[in-house]
Amino acid sequence: MTAPLTHKDFTTSQEVRWCPGCGDYAILRAVTKTLAEIGATRENTAFVSGIGCSSRFPYYVESFGFHTIHGRAPAVATGLKLTNPELDVWVVTGDGDGLSIGGNHLLHALRRNVDLNILLFNNEIYGLTKGQYSPTSRVGTRSPSSPGGSTDTPLIPGQFAIGAGSKFYARAIDTDKVGLGEVLTASHAHKGASMIEIYQNCIVYNDNVFGGFTDKENVKNSQLKLVNGEPMIYGADQDKGLAFDIKTMALKVVDPAKHADEILVHDETNKVIAQLLLGMPRPEFPVALGVIFRQESDSFDKSYYKNHVSGMKRTGSIKDVLRKTTTWKVD
Amino acid sequence: MTSKTELESVVIRLAGDSGDGMQLMGSQFVATTAKLGNDFATFPDYPAEIRAPVGTTFGVSAYQVNLGSVSITTAGDEPQVLVAFNPAALKVNLAGVAKGATILLNSDAFSSRNLTKAGYTEDPRTSGELKGYNVVEAEIGRLTLEAVKDLGLSKSDAGRCKNLWALGLLLWMFDRDTTMVADWVSKKFAKKEVIRDANLAALRAGHIYGEASEISAYVTPITVKAATFPPGEYRSIMGAEALALGLAAAAEKADRKMMFCGYPITPASALLHRLSQLGELGVGTFQAEDEIAAVCSAIGAAFGGAIGVTASSGPGIALKAEAIGLAVNTELPLIIVNAQRGGPSTGLPTKTEQSDLYQAVYGRNGDTPIPVVATRSPGDCFYVAIEAVRIALRHMTPVIILTDGYLQNAAEPWEIPDVDAIEPIASNPAPARDESVERQQQAFTRNPDTGGRPWIAPGTLDLMHRIGGIEKDIVTGHISYDGDNHSAMSDLRANKVKSVANFIPLQEMELGEKTGRLLVIGWGSTYGPLYQAVKAVRETNKDVSYAHLTYIQPFPKNLGDIINGFEQVMVPEMNMGQLNTLLKDRFSIDPISVTQVTGQPFRISNLKKKITAALKDMQQGEAA
Repeated sequence: MTAPLTHKDFTTSQEVRWCPGCGDYAILRAVTKTLAEIGATRENTAFVSGIGCSSRFPYYVESFGFHTIHGRAPAVATGLKLTNPELDVWVVTGDGDGLSIGGNHLLHALRRNVDLNILLFNNEIYGLTKGQYSPTSRVGTRSPSSPGGSTDTPLIPGQFAIGAGSKFYARAIDTDKVGLGEVLTASHAHKGASMIEIYQNCIVYNDNVFGGFTDKENVKNSQLKLVNGEPMIYGADQDKGLAFDIKTMALKVVDPAKHADEILVHDETNKVIAQLLLGMPRPEFPVALGVIFRQESDSFDKSYYKNHVSGMKRTGSIKDVLRKTTTWKVD
Repeated sequence: MTSKTELESVVIRLAGDSGDGMQLMGSQFVATTAKLGNDFATFPDYPAEIRAPVGTTFGVSAYQVNLGSVSITTAGDEPQVLVAFNPAALKVNLAGVAKGATILLNSDAFSSRNLTKAGYTEDPRTSGELKGYNVVEAEIGRLTLEAVKDLGLSKSDAGRCKNLWALGLLLWMFDRDTTMVADWVSKKFAKKEVIRDANLAALRAGHIYGEASEISAYVTPITVKAATFPPGEYRSIMGAEALALGLAAAAEKADRKMMFCGYPITPASALLHRLSQLGELGVGTFQAEDEIAAVCSAIGAAFGGAIGVTASSGPGIALKAEAIGLAVNTELPLIIVNAQRGGPSTGLPTKTEQSDLYQAVYGRNGDTPIPVVATRSPGDCFYVAIEAVRIALRHMTPVIILTDGYLQNAAEPWEIPDVDAIEPIASNPAPARDESVERQQQAFTRNPDTGGRPWIAPGTLDLMHRIGGIEKDIVTGHISYDGDNHSAMSDLRANKVKSVANFIPLQEMELGEKTGRLLVIGWGSTYGPLYQAVKAVRETNKDVSYAHLTYIQPFPKNLGDIINGFEQVMVPEMNMGQLNTLLKDRFSIDPISVTQVTGQPFRISNLKKKITAALKDMQQGEAA
């Protein structure tokens, strides 16, 4: 038996061309490490991306890769997965690629529940085109295309995904090796479309936009790491917890010492709470990380093969099919 | 016994409201015609509205069939029999009908309200407008209700049987019995007994009406003998059906899965419907969320080692353009079918045109050449589909198949091909791993004759590689922004398409010699009328020859030689002169461009006039 693969076996000869200090480096490292850990094979793994900084990803992973066109990676990946259902197909996209130009394809890949692992690198900016505001940029983002500050309401990717019918949604931070590794592994194990939103720092055009919850001093008081079956408690002294306010139908932050019986216990299958966790406003609330929503069901590709008359195999011959109608002979 | 008139060929047009069932009536009439051994060609001509307001001229749906004991290649110029279900149908269709034609009118529908809706100020039956025609009236509506009255149907359900009543009468008019149609009705409505019985009763009643009523005093049944076909096994086929079967046959000949990814659009949807029924041939179909997703998922399938196919009409092909460029740049095989319709923009969705030729040849960003082939008749779609797949797999390139709305829906008798005689389709299989080069380079080591690179699907051991839309180094296959390399890659892409000409057949003549005075060049669905027109002119003047193109990019290698053998070239096409531009550009000639963009196929008589006039001009020019 050959030696198990390491993250180096998943690394290509290509020089990585992201800006020094870009969050993408950390993500690349976490992904190749996870691939090795979960025992993925290089030949049965494919990375499909769109256009943008994140979409250069396939060039740096020693597997099959397809750097497609802007926004269309979910569509290309759907065709690939339908043709080769045994493949492990990963989609790499960004907030501009996946939620703006390619929003429709992402919506339908999620709705259909195609068995894809979708990594959304969210840096709240268009990096490759030099810093325009994106559909996840906060109101007031100053950029070359919005010198007076952007005015459009940002999209909450997780609410969009679950609204579209996504059965798996997780969140992680680029530099959080452990947290990112855990959700990558969970996403891979999930059958059906699984989406991971990765807060990725763009050091050039939107540096430290996530500092409010990623800076060392803020981590404990502003990150809620969700674990299925565990109470939603966070804070440097475990002094904050989430509860559901029945009067306002909204989440509230309470002191676990005083309201122990009110603290929510994370149930990954609860879609309503998942939507609330995803929409928690900052800085009053923490950022929910980890697997936020997970529901098991048959993937599109599995159902497709089940419903296909011959499971995509050639069981008949064209000779016979040509004659499945009224025919007549002329002598 | 009634006397009968024997004709060599006859053109029949059935017209009514889009809800009257004209298409069904026509196709069932044709099924009987096929079985009796007539040659035929059909032309379904329907409005874009599914159910336009009843009785209006824009809601008129028609079905034309030309049947004969002689060779038939078009749906015919002028109907000799018109069945009009209401005043609007008469209004829209009368102008095209032959003088002296038999016109069967549903007199029930000629109420003053319907006459007004159709825009008549006077009843055409009494105004003298129909003078010179053999007008026959029947109360089709009332007689149908009468025929089914014992079956307890609602009035609206009963009324829906009137196309079967009229079909019964039409079969009598053409000296045919009702057996085949009755069999079809019995099968179709096997689970709805009352509907089945009502339709059968209406069919019978219509047929008996012909024999028993005074109608036989005005109408003499027409007989058309069986045509002489070369020996073989035949079936009836529509263009969309032939295309679907051809694609599936190609998948079998290439021993690959096929994945068809489409988005609903008129008139291309018929292909998606047909392919959905061919699962047993290893064909998968996927209805994508939009045109872009359709082509992209087909490209994903191609990356995965299946034959990826997408189809649309002009507006949808426009949306796919960027992705087609991706397939060119990644050197993946892909089939793109364009069932052309009238443009621009939404244009005339249900009417036929050939105006997407520029789009097929030129319509992408960058220098992005791809092979283009065109279908000429319903049955020809089968062979062109196979040929397109052969080119795509041999050269690792997207290929566009141009067909059109008319061909997709038209039917003709077709000799079932000998599948064993069709050459297997070679692809560019994955090579064995060569350790002396990088895997990436192996994936881009091309066949020098075809430009095709190895087709290595994910899952292939030890041949992992990356593809993408960014320019690649011509040797290593890695990203390259080098200017000289881009220049070399541009040459490579151009030469790849040029190299297709080394593998396709030389251009043949349809009629006439390879040299002479006037050469008519056609492409696509104008084949039928062009063939008949040139043939007719040649009966008195052999100065005209005719060639019809299947291969448009690249042209066959000998096309230039053929063109140079003539004094003048004429290019008739259903657009504003697009092939004409291509020929001008390629061969530095100045052809006579004959164009028509009326949404209707060419008429043989019009083409004959154009050809005759051109020959006369050439003679006069000589005399002067």
